[in-house]
Amino acid sequence: MNIIIVGCGRVGRTLTEQLSSEGHDVTVIDENSERVQSVSADNDVMGVIGNGASHSVLMDAGIEEADLFIAVTDSDELNLLCCLLAKKAGNCATIARVRNPVYNQESEFIKKELGMSMIINPELAAATEMSRVLRFPKAMEINPFGKGRVEMLKFRIPSGSVLHEMSLIDLNSRIDSNLLVCAVERDSEVVIPTGSFRLREKDKVTIITAPENEAAFFRKIGIDTRQVKDAMIVGGGRMSYYLAKQLIAMGIQVKIIEQDRARCEELCLLLPQATIINGDGTDQDLLMEEGLKRAEGFVALTGLDEENILLSLFAKNNSSAKLVTKVKRINFNDVIDTLDLDTVVYPQLVTAEHIIRYVRARQNADGSNIETLYKIIEDKAEAMEFVIREESEVTGQTLEKLQLRRNILLCCITRKGQIIIPKGQDSIMKGDHVIVVAANSARLKDIKDILKRD
Amino acid sequence: MNYSIIRYIIGWVLNFEACFMVVPCVTAVIYGEREGLAFAAVMVACLVLGMLLIARKPKNHTFYLKEGFVTVSLSWLVLSLMGALPFVLNGDIPSYTDAMFEIISGFTTTGSSILTEVEGLARCSLMWRSFTHWVGGMGVLVFILAVLPMAGGSNMNLMKAESPGPQVGKLVPKVRRTAMILYGMYVFITAVQIVLLLVSGMPLFDTLTITFGTAGTGGFAVLNDSCASYTSVQQVIITVFMILFGINFNAYYFLFIKKWKQFLKCEEMRWYLIIIGVATAIITVNTVGMFSSAAEALRHAAFQVGSIITTTGYVTTNYDLWPPLSRGILVTLMFIGACAGSTGGGIKVSRIVILAKTIRKELQSLVHPRSIEKIKFEGHPVEHETLRSINVFLITYLMIFTASVLIVSLDGFDLVTNFTAVATTLNNVGPGLEVVGATGNFSAFSALSKYVLMFDMLAGRLEIFPVLLCFYPRTWKKF
Repeated sequence: MNIIIVGCGRVGRTLTEQLSSEGHDVTVIDENSERVQSVSADNDVMGVIGNGASHSVLMDAGIEEADLFIAVTDSDELNLLCCLLAKKAGNCATIARVRNPVYNQESEFIKKELGMSMIINPELAAATEMSRVLRFPKAMEINPFGKGRVEMLKFRIPSGSVLHEMSLIDLNSRIDSNLLVCAVERDSEVVIPTGSFRLREKDKVTIITAPENEAAFFRKIGIDTRQVKDAMIVGGGRMSYYLAKQLIAMGIQVKIIEQDRARCEELCLLLPQATIINGDGTDQDLLMEEGLKRAEGFVALTGLDEENILLSLFAKNNSSAKLVTKVKRINFNDVIDTLDLDTVVYPQLVTAEHIIRYVRARQNADGSNIETLYKIIEDKAEAMEFVIREESEVTGQTLEKLQLRRNILLCCITRKGQIIIPKGQDSIMKGDHVIVVAANSARLKDIKDILKRD
Repeated sequence: MNYSIIRYIIGWVLNFEACFMVVPCVTAVIYGEREGLAFAAVMVACLVLGMLLIARKPKNHTFYLKEGFVTVSLSWLVLSLMGALPFVLNGDIPSYTDAMFEIISGFTTTGSSILTEVEGLARCSLMWRSFTHWVGGMGVLVFILAVLPMAGGSNMNLMKAESPGPQVGKLVPKVRRTAMILYGMYVFITAVQIVLLLVSGMPLFDTLTITFGTAGTGGFAVLNDSCASYTSVQQVIITVFMILFGINFNAYYFLFIKKWKQFLKCEEMRWYLIIIGVATAIITVNTVGMFSSAAEALRHAAFQVGSIITTTGYVTTNYDLWPPLSRGILVTLMFIGACAGSTGGGIKVSRIVILAKTIRKELQSLVHPRSIEKIKFEGHPVEHETLRSINVFLITYLMIFTASVLIVSLDGFDLVTNFTAVATTLNNVGPGLEVVGATGNFSAFSALSKYVLMFDMLAGRLEIFPVLLCFYPRTWKKF
């Protein structure tokens, strides 16, 4: 696809990297020439310097041939204007990032009137991800597949769990046969395990199963599945507002600590059910006074990454709360991973993933058949859902007979709403949705790519 | 420094060189020449060596600017080292130094020769010489980029090092597509010229060699008198195509995607054509007395101007006998060179135009000290960084030029010879004046001078910095 991205900030950059490595023809536009140069030096993309809302700049970038136009500059208004012009000039699908809650409430109207395909609000998207995790605190990440019929869930095996030293065959025969372990992270290594693989405590395990099955499974292995009763949020920005709103709707008590008095008063009006505390979130006494020790959820949402990380570390030492940390910069995710901060949410990444998911869905219409794709571990493994549109070498045969490539796992088949955790005797049929987990080096484009090539 | 990726790419370069050598081999088979065996032998050697080098894939594919620059320079060196071997083996050019000079002159599309008797060479050797022009014109690594699927944006660093001009941009987002489009247009225009020359009645062998020389703006001919004995129609065809190959290929891309307006608006192309027009007019008036008619004077003037500004170096008449003004204009044109992004050499019209605008800006700021002015080129403001690199380029260019003239002077030739010998090699033109003039050649120079001139040719083709970087010790450090 020909894709134009306006704005080379963090989201723009992540999108560019991802989309160009997937083989799309990407052109980036930004007014700052240095940014354009650095993005186009690192990626195989074309750079255009100029204002994305200028017609001549858009023409330079080849708007006439573009299939998709993504506006992710700092300014909501500019993004909307860009999309409007792009739509008129090139008749392409348009996506804009819009942050302002005022516009956001009217996003459906704007979308319709401006003929846009998608409006993404990074704060809202990140808050949704956070609330999903707080609903199921033992999970580090939950991603839906197949319209929510299947979920991919990541959790850490606690010390002293029954799962310690258990092989996957035993897991299926003794505990639960309706789930599949699709990836295990141990000491920054990612393994796509086979039946004889033995789990250990502290492993980060990604499983695929039906949502209704989850609670029973976790009960059997002795992990609590209740959602948190209360959550403490440090920082009162937009993301906190969205998160608090969602948590309150789920019946979770929310306490927000915010430094700025005026903002506190605003929040107070917006969220009448939340407790708003005016104070410095980095003040340890204040946190203790507000009952950090007994909190079940702790969310660090201040504007500074370093502060968020330190706050979470402090909360980790002083409570058993489920920790959620917001980090803006993605570059140091490896290091942050080693800190054991439960769930770290990178809003930029969440935004980029939403958009990429849209791109893939659109590609579907043009013939590619990846329906959903998630990165299990950044750059190491990904899970994708394929739609089987036609008969091929992989269909009609039992799975035992298929020669699969290494580091690839068929995790789940959904057939007419029914979920099949595939065994050797199962087979893939036309019309199925198949979820495959693969090490990133595999780069699957089509379901046939799972077969071994001689 | 990522040595393994450099090794890997050089391996591919050798493999491709082996493929290129199919051309002289086929020629040898057609004409039944035993000299062709040398090409077959070297072809096998290239292939074996290349396969050895690519046997192990590099783990790390990251590729920074320095690796790009170094790879390109080394590739060109390796190409020339291997490409010179057949001449020595089949006895056409017994001295390896001379053979190197000839082949570097070929790949860099210079067209300077050490041969006194071109017609004495085997046909396969002549074909190889000319074919290197064609390959060198658009660039070997650009070709590899177009053919080999190599992932990653860092490939742009290879293209940057090999494509001439102050700002190397892409036509489309993907490097590989860009390289394919460039070669597609290149092949197309080459094919058109071949057809036209064949229709005009030129023999096939001459047509191919002359077209390769024109397309790469090289200048190796297969007759001792270069292009003088071809008919006037053929000379006009060659003139037109020389000028066409000197135009920025981005302009042709606009034609290709049917953006006529943008094609006509190409500032560099317009300046280039203006310079050609003015120079041709002056030389025609200046030399009209030497020819039987004004039309003939115009034809020779246009051919010579086109040949020199595009840095091709074909000759239809001994311009060494022309009046000083005309000769002076030709030497000036050598320095100006063709458009950026074309197959031609020289300083490039775009750099000259931007420099001229810088001078204007400087004068403006003397008249109005507080005035602010942005230099614009092709409708876009020129970045400070680009201006700086153009200035540094020019200074480095002049220093290399001066140093080369000094070293070449050791051989004891007159100043005009030395000056134009360096000018013609550094700008990838071909012939100079006096000893190295239209009817002369470079065989009289000492080995030292030849090596200096070889360096100049490579530096000129790769626009100096990729070559200089290889001599900078820090480049080779791991940290």
